[in-house]
Amino acid sequence: MIGGTAKLKTDRLTAYYGANPAIKDISLEFPERKVTAIIGPSGCGKSTFIRCLNRMHETQPKTKVEGKVLLDGEDIYTEDPVRVRRRIGMVFQKPNPFVTMSIYNNVSVALRFNGHHPRDYVDAAVIRSLKQAALWDEVKDRVDHPATSLSGGQQQRLCIARALAAQPEVLLMDEPCSALDPLATAKIEELIGQLKQDYTVVIVTHNLQQAARVADFTAFFYLGGLVEFGPTETLFERPREKLTESYITGRFG
Amino acid sequence: MKFDRHARRKLFSHTIAVITGLCVIAILYPLVNLIYTAVQKGGTVLFQLTFLTAITPNACSAVSCETVGIGPAVQGTIILVGLASLISVPVGVLAAIFATEYRTRGLGRAISFTADVLSGVPSIIMGAFIFGYFVLYNPTIVYSTISGSLALSVIMIPIITRTTEEALRTVPIATREAALALGISKWKATLRIVLIGALPGILTGVLLGVMRAAGEAAPLLFTAFGSQLFFRGLNQPVAALPLLIYYYALSSASNWQAIAWGATLFLLGAILITNVVSRYVIHRLGRQMVGGT
Repeated sequence: MIGGTAKLKTDRLTAYYGANPAIKDISLEFPERKVTAIIGPSGCGKSTFIRCLNRMHETQPKTKVEGKVLLDGEDIYTEDPVRVRRRIGMVFQKPNPFVTMSIYNNVSVALRFNGHHPRDYVDAAVIRSLKQAALWDEVKDRVDHPATSLSGGQQQRLCIARALAAQPEVLLMDEPCSALDPLATAKIEELIGQLKQDYTVVIVTHNLQQAARVADFTAFFYLGGLVEFGPTETLFERPREKLTESYITGRFG
Repeated sequence: MKFDRHARRKLFSHTIAVITGLCVIAILYPLVNLIYTAVQKGGTVLFQLTFLTAITPNACSAVSCETVGIGPAVQGTIILVGLASLISVPVGVLAAIFATEYRTRGLGRAISFTADVLSGVPSIIMGAFIFGYFVLYNPTIVYSTISGSLALSVIMIPIITRTTEEALRTVPIATREAALALGISKWKATLRIVLIGALPGILTGVLLGVMRAAGEAAPLLFTAFGSQLFFRGLNQPVAALPLLIYYYALSSASNWQAIAWGATLFLLGAILITNVVSRYVIHRLGRQMVGGT
């Protein structure tokens, strides 16, 4: 279906809230070091789907997951969820920095809590991650300031830096710009373009232009099912499905 | 006609204002009167240098004493409340963590409900319960520092559990999700992120518990029992300020009543000062955390 190797793959993934499936039978492949966008109207299961990819769905009460999610061919549902989440990082819809911590402590939290690393190793990782998240220049003189002293857009980049510092292989982004203004959004989008050099990125967005700008591949979800998946250009210009065409031309949504 | 309605409305409004004002006075009067009387009757004894450290007068027949005071009761209350806190803070906080963070459906709610019911139980019944327990299982130390601290801790635990639960709930779900998504284990996320975020609220709860316990006489009547002497061991009866106030206020000797008033003033002042200072510290801590200016 797609060129290159798939880093992450779902196989007939179904996820429930109570007795109701929010997504049904989704089989998708996420190519390595590419950006894949998931689009679709509100309530189509985009967020539920992406939360299954690092086993965050199951942290909510009364939820259930069926099917497989394969990371490098291994089913993450047979492994320790804590280890899975160290390999597959996540950025949420609203910036959620740890309000009790400084900028430095936010970025270094995974390294400090998940293992014993020498101080200069952690320092280097913090600087590297803040640079990767394009935040270093703005905070380098005040990394000891509280994370809450940053603007919304900066906080979201801080959350990206925090996820990157944990050295994941895959980065999941659940509508990362929905709480941000256009300027901050542009910054994050530019950043996503750079991140794919090192990471496999999956991004959920309700913004079609955003998908068109940042994604190499796009998947269209509707009513909990996968309607169409392909290279972003193809999906937007020559969609195979009528439903996809109606959605991207704005006939519903 | 129009003027009449306006005047009536004005009269009504003034009447309501006067009534509500009188209610405020009705609330304030007892408090002001209490503090005034305590200062008037207890002020002179409290400000004698040795009042807080000297021995109580009913021990003077056994030991000769030139000055009298409430030393054993001050010491006893500190020990009793300290020990009760050592028991109730970990138990109360951990129960609250279980109820909010590891809730398995009904069980979490059951803990909240139990804590609610417990905090509504009259304190003398708590004391009677501890008394009964010791009479049955440990009769040699029915009247002891241990039973007294246990009685106080039973009163403190539900207060701490409920306030800690509330404090934990103020930490957003998003914070927990952020931690889990970084591959931080549940217990580390709970102890090192969620609990820290709830710390100002938890400290407020601990403080409420401490102040409540420091002022309780009823549960100590048949546990700590009271004593004329300084602390003599965990298995011995011990003095406490509320007990001292109770016994001395009932006495017919006016110099003993004065001691009860002095103790009252001290207890009031200590609770008031602790309250104000710790609220200030907690407030500062909370602001520091969210990084406000």
